Amino acid sequence: MIRHHLFWPVAALVVLLVVNTVFNPSFLEIELQDGHLYGGVIGILRNGAPTLLIAVGMTLVIATRGIDLSVGAVAAIAGAIACTWIASGGDALTAMLLALCVCVLLGLWNGFLVSVLGIQPIIATLVLMTAGRGGAMLITEGQIITVDDPLYRQIGAGFLVLPIAILISLSVLLAVAALTRGTALGMLVESVGTNPRASRLAGVSSRTIVWTVYVFAGLCAGVAGLMISSNVNAADANNAGLWIEMDAILAVVIGGTSLAGGRYSLAGTLVGALVIQTLTTTVYSIGVPPDAILVFKAVVVIAVCLLQSPRTSELFGSRRRAGPARTRTPEVSAV
Amino acid sequence: MNVLDVRRVRDRVERVPRRFLPVIATFVVFVLVFGTGLVRYDNFGSPQVLVNLFVDNAFLIVLAVGMTFVILTGGIDLSVGAVAALSTMIAASTLEAGWPPLLSVLAVLATGTTLGLLMGLVIHFFDVQPFIVTLAGMFLARGLCFLISVESISITDPAFRSLATGTISLADGVTLTYSTLIALAVVLVAVYVLHLTRFGRTVYAVGGSESSARLMGLPTGRVRVGVYAVSGFCSALGGLLFSLYMLSGYGLHAVGMELDVIAAVVIGGTLLTGGVGYVAGSVVGVLVLGTVQTLISFEGTLSSWWTKIFIGALLLAFVICQRLMVRRAA
Repeated sequence: MIRHHLFWPVAALVVLLVVNTVFNPSFLEIELQDGHLYGGVIGILRNGAPTLLIAVGMTLVIATRGIDLSVGAVAAIAGAIACTWIASGGDALTAMLLALCVCVLLGLWNGFLVSVLGIQPIIATLVLMTAGRGGAMLITEGQIITVDDPLYRQIGAGFLVLPIAILISLSVLLAVAALTRGTALGMLVESVGTNPRASRLAGVSSRTIVWTVYVFAGLCAGVAGLMISSNVNAADANNAGLWIEMDAILAVVIGGTSLAGGRYSLAGTLVGALVIQTLTTTVYSIGVPPDAILVFKAVVVIAVCLLQSPRTSELFGSRRRAGPARTRTPEVSAV
Repeated sequence: MNVLDVRRVRDRVERVPRRFLPVIATFVVFVLVFGTGLVRYDNFGSPQVLVNLFVDNAFLIVLAVGMTFVILTGGIDLSVGAVAALSTMIAASTLEAGWPPLLSVLAVLATGTTLGLLMGLVIHFFDVQPFIVTLAGMFLARGLCFLISVESISITDPAFRSLATGTISLADGVTLTYSTLIALAVVLVAVYVLHLTRFGRTVYAVGGSESSARLMGLPTGRVRVGVYAVSGFCSALGGLLFSLYMLSGYGLHAVGMELDVIAAVVIGGTLLTGGVGYVAGSVVGVLVLGTVQTLISFEGTLSSWWTKIFIGALLLAFVICQRLMVRRAA
């Protein structure tokens, strides 16, 4: 069991939940009020929804051996567009559609740079990460735009027994899981991540697949941006989605998806996103100054990464050579 | 121009080794951007504007030097901005506690180097991606800042203040700060190390092809760990220069600076795949970013967020050019 790729992330999550319960015995209680569920765990789900959604898009990008640093900026742009449109008297539905269209365009742009021009993903998306936030500032003219629209409020703060935000994120997660694991699509994505050239020679249209995952990541970032801005009823071009790309990448990595591409685990991403959000909540609830949260994040990330590192399992393995044979195929060393 | 002249020019161009082309391209862009300023504004031509590019970006130059080492091996260091912030914080808090300035500087440099060394060790011995390890390093360093203090701490130490405000007069009332000299010294040392020492040559070899370097018997492990220690040291030193520039320590100093640094290094012609690039290029890259900022402040009516958009556009242009050049060479 210790060899299962989700063992350490799940263990981390359980430890965090136990710590929370120790400090706050009512943490695990869930109440039903006015047809809405409330409680510590529900709060984690609700606040973690944008990170989870972005992490789902990021998982596919990372599976193709890419990375998307621009998602935070794209989220800020989505919020900026939607709020500006609503503030100027527009309809909330049109505003959201408009914002998502722009996000798809931004995803197309990232995908174009990576798949057609062949620019390294980290740099290609760094362009939009830098310029995108500037663009969001341009849209809001440097102001924080506040809106008050009942429909817009639903996407981030609304409830349908459970928070709507987490329902959206989970259904996207399930849809992606069904689509990629139920068909050959997931295998094709992994084959592109393992060796783009060989996949192309084998008849896989790598370019289309890579391009598509960036568009999908852009779309996820857009929806997450709408959730973030709707939750606070405002668009803050400077701070909306700040560092969320890092959280999403961490969630993906904690979940056991390798940054070297070639394999991914959506269940791992779900656990990873929950670990990140639970960690945040835990730090708040045990009374550590919120600013120190970054130290905890760093410790958890390093711990989980070290425990998952093939070198560590080699160290374990050499001591227990008599144990069951490794079921996982040995790692191909990145040369 | 007659045919003979054209041929002579072409000969001369071809004599310039291909590998210098990206740096030359960066320099041309620098001249063009600076030229735009010269044409548009009367005061842009004053030598002080040019010198101020170095004065205002001394810390960025030092950070870019460290990042160049890391990127040359094909790695990346996302922690530089946070380590710089931690350095300002350690300097400010130890000085406030009454440490002698020299001890405080040593503490800062030791902390930065140790952090870099630790990250390098994790990257090398546990085979974890540099991106993730240095990201964790960034979180750790930022978090430590806030553990020291959430507030900004101002630096009142007389020695620090005099170092910060002291200027060296060049001709015509053009003045330099000591930070600039330190930054230039770092650049010279880096050029020496990269081109004239075994360590430096191994850095290029590891970036070119790590397995070949290892098969040649080069100490790849030592170098892979070493570059992160170098980058940590440079981040700490850059942080010290930044604390001289701001005369305060604050956990929110230098937020997002790692991206500016990476942008400067890439604009300077260093390939992120490793093995290709020069410290000089990174310095010119920093100067390009600095000039863009100066231009926007001269313009006055343009808001500061245009800087980000311009930097993004420049980065894009450079990456596409590099891509085309690599493709033609291949």
